[in-house]
Amino acid sequence: MPIEANGKTFETDEEGYLVNLSDWEPAIAEVMAAQDELELTDEHWEIINFLREYYDEYQIAPAVRVLTKAVGKKLGKDKGNSKYLYSLFPYGPGKQACRFAGLPKPTGCI
Amino acid sequence: MSETKKFMYLNRRPPYGTIYAWESLEVVLIGAAFEQDVSLAFLDDGVYQIMKGQDTGEVDMKNFSPTYSALGDYEVTKLYVEKESLEERGLSIDDLMHLTWEDEDEDWAEKDSIQVVTRAELAKLMDEQDVVFSF
Repeated sequence: MPIEANGKTFETDEEGYLVNLSDWEPAIAEVMAAQDELELTDEHWEIINFLREYYDEYQIAPAVRVLTKAVGKKLGKDKGNSKYLYSLFPYGPGKQACRFAGLPKPTGCI
Repeated sequence: MSETKKFMYLNRRPPYGTIYAWESLEVVLIGAAFEQDVSLAFLDDGVYQIMKGQDTGEVDMKNFSPTYSALGDYEVTKLYVEKESLEERGLSIDDLMHLTWEDEDEDWAEKDSIQVVTRAELAKLMDEQDVVFSF
């Protein structure tokens, strides 16, 4: 189902992930979050931006286990744990945060 | 279920032109979630998969070589490269990407993932595996 943001229409796949990574803009994340009844805070954006940087460097969306460890290393142990990440992204930090960030579904998410 | 098996993924083909190299890498990343003892081997034209400075601009395929650097995050830390395959192609370890992993038990000390092994050593390693996947 296509998503409307910033007066434009963006194509998504059957699971709601953005089809063209390069289309992404922050407004898309806001719209997707609103659909999930979430309001994005600075803490959410910290993870979304982290994911986008990870993708830029490695060309993959990390599995949640890998994301948790990498967040812990970069942002501190109090953020690198599933409890914190799930409190921000209740549908799963891998799947939901990657979707907001315009990334594909994480590689190694089972 | 808790029994750990030794899995080796053999990569024998060049990175582009077919989907094998990328498929292999994806299977490795997905399989890493199962916490098995995983290693990768690069031989024949497979050694080209981990060469540095890859540029796919002209062939209209995604350059996925940066993804090999994520293997360490997935706790895949054993990458064997066959010495003879490198030599037959006029390559050395200096032509390969510098792939590392960080040892959490040693305060994230950075360690090399790539080990160059001879054909005979690789044969022995293959013999020790429970499962060998060939791509």
